[in-house]
Amino acid sequence: MAGSVLEIKDLHVEIEGKEILKGVDLTIKGGEFHAIMGPNGTGKSTLASAIMGHPSYEVTKGSITLDGEDVLEMEVDERARAGLFLAMQYPSEISGVTTSDFLRSAINARRGEGNEVSLMKFIKGLDKDLDYLEIDKNMATRYLNEGFSGGEKKRNEILQLMQLNPEIAILDEIDSGLDIDALKIVSKGINKMRGENFGCLIITHYQRLLNYITPDYVHVMMQGRVVKSGGPELAKRLEDEGYEWIKEELGIEDETVGQNA
Amino acid sequence: MTVETKLPYNKEYIEQFSTDRNEPAWMKTLRLEALEQAEQLEMPKPDKTKITRWNFSKFKQEFTKGEAISSIKELPEVLQDYFDQENVPENLLIQRNHSIAYATLSSDLKEKGVIFTDIFTALEKHSDLVEKYFMKDAVNVDQNRLTALHAALMNGGAFIYVPKNVEIEEPLQVVFWQEDPELSLFNHVIVVADENSKLTYVENYISSNEEQETVANIVEEVIAMDNAKISYGAVDNFAAGTTTYINRRGVAYNNATIDWALGQMNDGNTVSENITYLMGNGATSNANAVSVGRGKQIQNFTASIVQHGKATDGFILQRGVMKESATTIFNAIGKIEHGGTKANAVQESRVLMLSPKARGDANPILLIEEDDVTAGHAASVGRVDPIQMYYLMSRGLTKDEAERLVIHGFLAPVVNELPIESVKKQLKQVIERKVY
Repeated sequence: MAGSVLEIKDLHVEIEGKEILKGVDLTIKGGEFHAIMGPNGTGKSTLASAIMGHPSYEVTKGSITLDGEDVLEMEVDERARAGLFLAMQYPSEISGVTTSDFLRSAINARRGEGNEVSLMKFIKGLDKDLDYLEIDKNMATRYLNEGFSGGEKKRNEILQLMQLNPEIAILDEIDSGLDIDALKIVSKGINKMRGENFGCLIITHYQRLLNYITPDYVHVMMQGRVVKSGGPELAKRLEDEGYEWIKEELGIEDETVGQNA
Repeated sequence: MTVETKLPYNKEYIEQFSTDRNEPAWMKTLRLEALEQAEQLEMPKPDKTKITRWNFSKFKQEFTKGEAISSIKELPEVLQDYFDQENVPENLLIQRNHSIAYATLSSDLKEKGVIFTDIFTALEKHSDLVEKYFMKDAVNVDQNRLTALHAALMNGGAFIYVPKNVEIEEPLQVVFWQEDPELSLFNHVIVVADENSKLTYVENYISSNEEQETVANIVEEVIAMDNAKISYGAVDNFAAGTTTYINRRGVAYNNATIDWALGQMNDGNTVSENITYLMGNGATSNANAVSVGRGKQIQNFTASIVQHGKATDGFILQRGVMKESATTIFNAIGKIEHGGTKANAVQESRVLMLSPKARGDANPILLIEEDDVTAGHAASVGRVDPIQMYYLMSRGLTKDEAERLVIHGFLAPVVNELPIESVKKQLKQVIERKVY
């Protein structure tokens, strides 16, 4: 079997007692690129956070498994070491910790004790990816995300993605706040990851990212559920016609699950 | 319970102690007067910390010699970490208990007239010079009972003098190693940089008395004459049994600079005062300090810069990490005196709490008696941000590793200021040991 399988079944998630996800079913396999689209407030980012184990989100029903292993039983770091990665919408700033020290610790955490990457090999790999993403070399010695512009933070997330080489990645609005040049570079990085051992879930509410990254599957979320799935042509139709036709088709009046979902 | 007032030494003891060391008459007089004053004076009153029940009277007073060594390789492993083995400092003084075990000074610096020696040798050979600075402009004998007791019982320390126009690139390092677990240290350090001179000084205090109770009563006086620059680093690492009073003061004259980087890593109860007087115009001081509190220890740190001269700059930066049931008060005091026009006083104190039982407080204080000045302060007491932890752990770091990164990052702005690489490394190790 090529690649890993992330399987989400009937997922219900609450934040502060309010149910945001109301039964999400989704399966992502190695080699597949999935896009989740939908207007604001329909639960897309909640899905990403719940998969990774954000402390504010509580799964009340359903399951998430990675290659049959129960993800919900794992701590956040165990999920990462099992092969999950989340490129965050709002990456934290970590003062006093350089990007390169952090990356090396993270790579070694995945490789395990006794199997650490050599410093030379690490630097070589890092330089290569920095070049590929057209990131200034001095970012490696800057404190992690501290004082980074919005665009730098997003590139840094993709740098981490390339360096950590996970089995399944979730990209939460990686395109937000990027100008067209930065969007192209970020897309280039993501496309480089393509391969039968890499599955990806791209969350966006703009179709424009999908001009650069062609998804195999497109899903539309509304009211905390996946309400429609299709191929890349679905994204095109959403770009041309918006979401209204789906709402009409499904008889949905208010697509959101509440404010700031 | 009342304060123990009966002290375990007397006039005869001090007289004999001074005579045995052939101390100059002025020193003997100073000691005896100080003893008398000690009985009248009050204990120091650190803001928000009660020290009335701390042990300041139970200790072994006898002068205790330490064995001399011919190479630092003879030191136990715990001390080896304090040096870069590949690059043993050329200018190094190791005080073992109360006596000097090892002393080197490069011939170049000797020729230039640099004095780098223990306090007793300095009293013997450079009496006039020591007298000029000993508890005169920086710390007064009658500041409180502990400073007076310090003067009366002073039993170790170092004297450093850099003559006019001499700039030293290589650091001068002193290690005060309290090998005997019951020993008291009444250590006195004087660092003088004469006009247009420059030096880097680093010191370490080390003991391992987890059980035995004793006292460290330390006074350090750092003087930068016109246009002199002193870079001063320290790692204090007394074990849990030592109650420490440490009073470090700087005096900077015209266009002089005194920069402090203090690693305050004691395990016992500690009162630490670091006060710098910017007397001259254009004088500058950066007072950087880190601390880690653990166990049940109680600590009180005061960093203060008192700005008399015109157009002076004072920067205070304090960072503390508190775990277990440790209690720590950080006082930052920026004071601009009347006449200190165009002065700039900036301070920042931040405390990170790792345990619900730990207590920490950061008190920002600005006292300004002049109009045409600038000043700013920031203070915070907080916990490790769970969202930062989530972010780091989402990349595969365990909770412990993530917390370690956050703590090192939090302390980095001060740790990185330590002027010697090997001491910086050593401070990182001490932090690691104290935090985990």
